[in-house]
Amino acid sequence: MFGLHYNLERRSIGLAVAIIIVASIGGLVEIAPLFTIDETVEEDPDMRVYTPLELAGRNIYISEGCYACHSQMVRTLRDEVERYGPYSLAVESQYDHPMLWGSKRTGPDLARVGGKYSDAWHVAHLEDPRDVVPESVMPSYAWLSRNELEREDLDKHLSAMRKVGVPYSDAMIENAPEDAYGQANPDSSRAEGVAERYGDDTNIRSFDGDPERVTEMDALVAYLQILGRLTDAAQDQPALDESELVEEE
Amino acid sequence: MISQLTKGERQLALFISIAVAFLGLAMAGAGFGNPLGFHGFIVLLFALGVTFLVLSGYFAAEPSPERLKQYYDDPIKVGVILSLVWGVIGMFMGVWVAALLAWPEMTFDAAWASFGRLRPVHTTGVIFGFGGNALIATSFHVMQRTSRARMPDQFSPWFVLLGYNLFCLLAVTGYFIGVTQSKEYAEPEWYADIWLVVVWVTYLVLYLRTLARRQEPHIYVANWYYLAFILVVAMLHIVNNLAMPISLTAAKSYSAFSGVQDAMTQWWYGHNAVAFFLTAGFLGMMYYYLPKRAERPIFSYRLSIVSFWGITFLYMWAGSHHLHYTALPHWVQTLGMTFSVMLLVPSWASAANALLTLNGAWHKVRDDATLRFMMVAAVFYGISTFEGSFLAIRPVNSLSHYTDWTVGHVHAGALGWVALITFGAIYTLAPILWKRQRMYSPALVEVHFWLALAGTLVYVFAMWNSGIIQGLMWRTYNESGTLTYSFIDSLVAMHPYYIARTIGGLLFLAGIVVGSYNIWMTIRRAPGLEASETRQDEPVTAGAAPSSVSAGE
Repeated sequence: MFGLHYNLERRSIGLAVAIIIVASIGGLVEIAPLFTIDETVEEDPDMRVYTPLELAGRNIYISEGCYACHSQMVRTLRDEVERYGPYSLAVESQYDHPMLWGSKRTGPDLARVGGKYSDAWHVAHLEDPRDVVPESVMPSYAWLSRNELEREDLDKHLSAMRKVGVPYSDAMIENAPEDAYGQANPDSSRAEGVAERYGDDTNIRSFDGDPERVTEMDALVAYLQILGRLTDAAQDQPALDESELVEEE
Repeated sequence: MISQLTKGERQLALFISIAVAFLGLAMAGAGFGNPLGFHGFIVLLFALGVTFLVLSGYFAAEPSPERLKQYYDDPIKVGVILSLVWGVIGMFMGVWVAALLAWPEMTFDAAWASFGRLRPVHTTGVIFGFGGNALIATSFHVMQRTSRARMPDQFSPWFVLLGYNLFCLLAVTGYFIGVTQSKEYAEPEWYADIWLVVVWVTYLVLYLRTLARRQEPHIYVANWYYLAFILVVAMLHIVNNLAMPISLTAAKSYSAFSGVQDAMTQWWYGHNAVAFFLTAGFLGMMYYYLPKRAERPIFSYRLSIVSFWGITFLYMWAGSHHLHYTALPHWVQTLGMTFSVMLLVPSWASAANALLTLNGAWHKVRDDATLRFMMVAAVFYGISTFEGSFLAIRPVNSLSHYTDWTVGHVHAGALGWVALITFGAIYTLAPILWKRQRMYSPALVEVHFWLALAGTLVYVFAMWNSGIIQGLMWRTYNESGTLTYSFIDSLVAMHPYYIARTIGGLLFLAGIVVGSYNIWMTIRRAPGLEASETRQDEPVTAGAAPSSVSAGE
């Protein structure tokens, strides 16, 4: 074996090829099957896509680096299920490009935060976290209410998402900027189209309390309010069955 | 420096920098009003700066053929300095974000100054700015010396070094304005990623071309590691960054993968960035500079082989241990855990190989802070790889994951291993590069060592404590069977540790500032070498007989 190596280390291309082969095996075995094995992601016909406003909010969440402090993944541990809610299923992040499962909880997990607090709570919390949670170490995001949301290119966002596999229809893509406006303005004529395209359960309201303008705050709150609510699969699962949960000592 | 380039190389450099300037102009124009446009201006300014630099020496006389009898060290010098500059910036940002967690009001209502945007500035600045530049610089040095051959040309090392720093600049400036794809340690957007591929391919080709010119029959062990670092990082980078931009004139893109597959790909990348960027590359550094400084041959050649292939093979399976108890299929989690535990064998083989190399040279470790940096680095390498295997075990991970314990583990590796081995290598390298008898102040190297060690220990112990407390508080039940603590209770308990961490970081930062000053003064003031002493450090010219197989020099 060491004789073989004695020869290998005299050939730079041979060494390079050997490194590539040896290093490829692990990834091939672990990653490739995830795309082909059916059980990787559960089927769920009710799973809905993000509305343009929610997607814009998600992009704000990403660019502010919220993922560095908040996970979006309830693990199959008893204390997590009791603290946050039913554990996360693969299907729930099926349309998440990229996923935001996170790696650190400086703040709590957000996988099930949708609907847990009022819009007004979220706005107050984002404006100044210490107003509602005195011990919080979260930065304040007051500028979100000041910034008008950029909506014009949302159709391009949806269309790029479709290219990577999210089933947005032509109508969704075409109306994306309008729908983003409509979702935050329940009284406007454009609100109806949102319910028509994304379902009657869609949250259509002025999220930041100011129907005059569609702000980045509207978008982020709309996103936070849909977390864990794109499908009811997790709530319906027989999984609340205790035996599947891991008990700690 | 430009005068060392041949006329043809100067023309090529001018052509490329003007071409990049036009690329920047095109980006600035097409992406106007978008972060892509802002990055266009940065590319344009960077390329114009390089253009003027090239022009400044453009009309100098052709360099003498004598230069071919010497190693080409100019880009290495610049690389070492850039590494220290990024190190100071990156570690300063680290102290800042640490302080933000203790005193969150320090963002003064500005988007760019919030934790979420500054945190990747810290990680990218340290990993890619400080670590990456150190790897590029030392790899240029090691590949030439162990091959006893000069680099094949004088253009490509500059292209690699400057192109890489342009990538780092695009990454870091992007975070301030909210450009990120949110994949940890792979945050830069699609255009920066494509640029890095161009730079990285040039790096690989340069490395292989230098090896092809070698006057030694065997490729020295440090080069195996550097080669694995270059190859595998390319592989990881390309696969994990596959994405669909919303248009060619906008910065935003959407990952090609989603959900479970994206999580697995991301942590396959993330964990192997640790393996091949932060471990293999720096092991290459260790396998050259530690024996060199100790003036002892590597303890065991066979152990190096076992360790090298063990790391190359086993690491690639381990990434899924970041996803225990998640929606990732159970079998992948189990594979990740199993291979993570097995990984301890080759990791400790390397750590042991390094420490046993010091047998017979322990008096030098006592007297020479430079060698002590590398010795302690090897110890921390052993500690953090043990901890890594331990944390990958599912039940342990259920406690540690999402807590500061992970942060502590990462920093035991980043500060204790990566940074300390780098300081050891730079202190060994600087006098050689600038042809000095010694560092300007050995006493300041000593000061740096103790600051760095104290900073690391304070940091790591603070995070071990806070992480374990956090994990335990989250899962504590009271007698009636309900959770005892709210999340916010656990956060309040972290406060003293967050302050301790900031202090640890400050000590470490003070260390690198002292070190940078010492390097600067070494360049300017330290006593020089006699001409006869520099002569040993020259490549074998064509036709001369190659010497030993072990190839230290």
